[in-house]
Amino acid sequence: MKTLSRIYMVLVFALLYAPIIVLVLFSFNERGSLNQFTTFSFYWYAELFRDATALGALKNSLYLAISSSVLATVIGTLAAFGINNLRSRYIKTVIRSVTNIPMMNPDIVTGVSMMLLFVFASTMPFLPLKFGFVTMLIAHTTFNIPYVILSVLPRFAQMDKHLTEAALDLGCTPAGSFFRIELPYVLPGVVSGLMLGFTLSLDDFVISHFVSSPDFQTLPLYVYTQTAHKVKFSMYALCALMVFAILILLLLVNFAGSFNLGKSKVKRKPKTGVKENG
Amino acid sequence: MNKKSFLDSFSLVPHAVWSVLFIVAPLIFVVYFAFTDRNGNFTFSNIGALSDYAHIFGLSVAFALIATVICLLIGYPLAFFISRLKPSKQKILILILMLPMWISLLIRTYSLMALLDNGGLLNTLFEAIGIGPVKIVGTAGAVILGMVYDFLPYMVLPIYTSMSKLDIRYFEAAEDLGCNGFKTMTKVVFPLTVPGIISGITMVFVPSISTFYISQKLGGGSFDLIGDTIERHFQNQSTYNVGAAISLVMMILILISVAVMNKFADDNKGGQLIV
Repeated sequence: MKTLSRIYMVLVFALLYAPIIVLVLFSFNERGSLNQFTTFSFYWYAELFRDATALGALKNSLYLAISSSVLATVIGTLAAFGINNLRSRYIKTVIRSVTNIPMMNPDIVTGVSMMLLFVFASTMPFLPLKFGFVTMLIAHTTFNIPYVILSVLPRFAQMDKHLTEAALDLGCTPAGSFFRIELPYVLPGVVSGLMLGFTLSLDDFVISHFVSSPDFQTLPLYVYTQTAHKVKFSMYALCALMVFAILILLLLVNFAGSFNLGKSKVKRKPKTGVKENG
Repeated sequence: MNKKSFLDSFSLVPHAVWSVLFIVAPLIFVVYFAFTDRNGNFTFSNIGALSDYAHIFGLSVAFALIATVICLLIGYPLAFFISRLKPSKQKILILILMLPMWISLLIRTYSLMALLDNGGLLNTLFEAIGIGPVKIVGTAGAVILGMVYDFLPYMVLPIYTSMSKLDIRYFEAAEDLGCNGFKTMTKVVFPLTVPGIISGITMVFVPSISTFYISQKLGGGSFDLIGDTIERHFQNQSTYNVGAAISLVMMILILISVAVMNKFADDNKGGQLIV
């Protein structure tokens, strides 16, 4: 039974990883071929870095991921603080259900619903809204906020209320106690929320597909347009680079997470905050 | 403590305003577009036009259901085997399982296509052993395989979570009371992991039924699913209204099925107390 279960696990994991490994491997193949590995080379990587559109898309992606995750972290952390202090259970439920809508809805519905809002808003004469960075920033911030709240709220919930009371008794203003007591306490949650948002934003294709414009392309959108017709080997290199980037980010997030666990006495559930892609 | 500070009262304001503007308002626009024509007049014709898309809905539901069942059949034993390992090994395997979830769906689908394509590695292998090139990309099987490949981790993870919570004494008690391995599985493990199964099914079914990239890449354009149809309708301003109607119906169908599933999970939790 034990060997049988081992074989089964190895088999499933092998199938899960085979395509990605093949893709990464063949991105180093000098001849642009999918079935014969000739010579190891960085030819396609060099080709990729000569491509100005790809580099522009990379810049846009990073710019967007940083700004949307920071904005979402600020709004989400404040919201988690507010939700935690709410007395009314009814309001709490309403806010949490609305917050969860972007996580429950299929991405394509979130994407088209935002697109319709922006289409409508751009017809308003007093709103000079154009599809591009602003619409992308709004969309990415919207789907990041729930994940920030999800990672910050448990930290607020497990915090000892007496700490704040003590700070206030000792002459702290409420705002002062927020920045000197609460914020440092929830900081690990804030950091992992920020990183989660950054990764999700970097990765998103479906929602971006509906709210972007041709003059603001991110990496996933660029991959999509490039792979629409035929296989391009510089795209293999780009995908391989993105896999490496995600690998490094995931390791970082995981280290931050275990740092969290080590510090707090209450054991938290393993992070399963993974976006459903459509 | 009873004095409400400025921060207490205003910390929720940015999030509340943001939610109303960018979560609630967009959904209202979906409803608005679904019930109006191009000039903004109220109409039921978009909803009426949906009967033309019935076969697409049927095909999408069928594909997503098959993919979900396959994911469950592959994923359940995997989750069980992982949960029986030493905790340190479990942690590593779960990390390995989660890694693909973080790699863009675009890249995973694209890499699968590269592997299965006519000039791809698999077909070269087939030719070498004399089966000849087999057409894989462009078949229904390839689309379903893509869904299974892309969403399998979403099935395993919640099932694993509910399995790792199982008390080892349940197994001992079942054995003491005369259950064999198979009976322990069906009478003890399975009923106790139903909540995990339910959330796994939801997490696979919802993205499967709404996908458009997988069917575009692995279906070779011969399979039109709901996602493809929605995506196409939003390419052209004149078809936004019908697109909105299809999105609305899909969203409602998904919400209903998720609600039914959760109800089922809750009922089962009630049953757990008796166990």
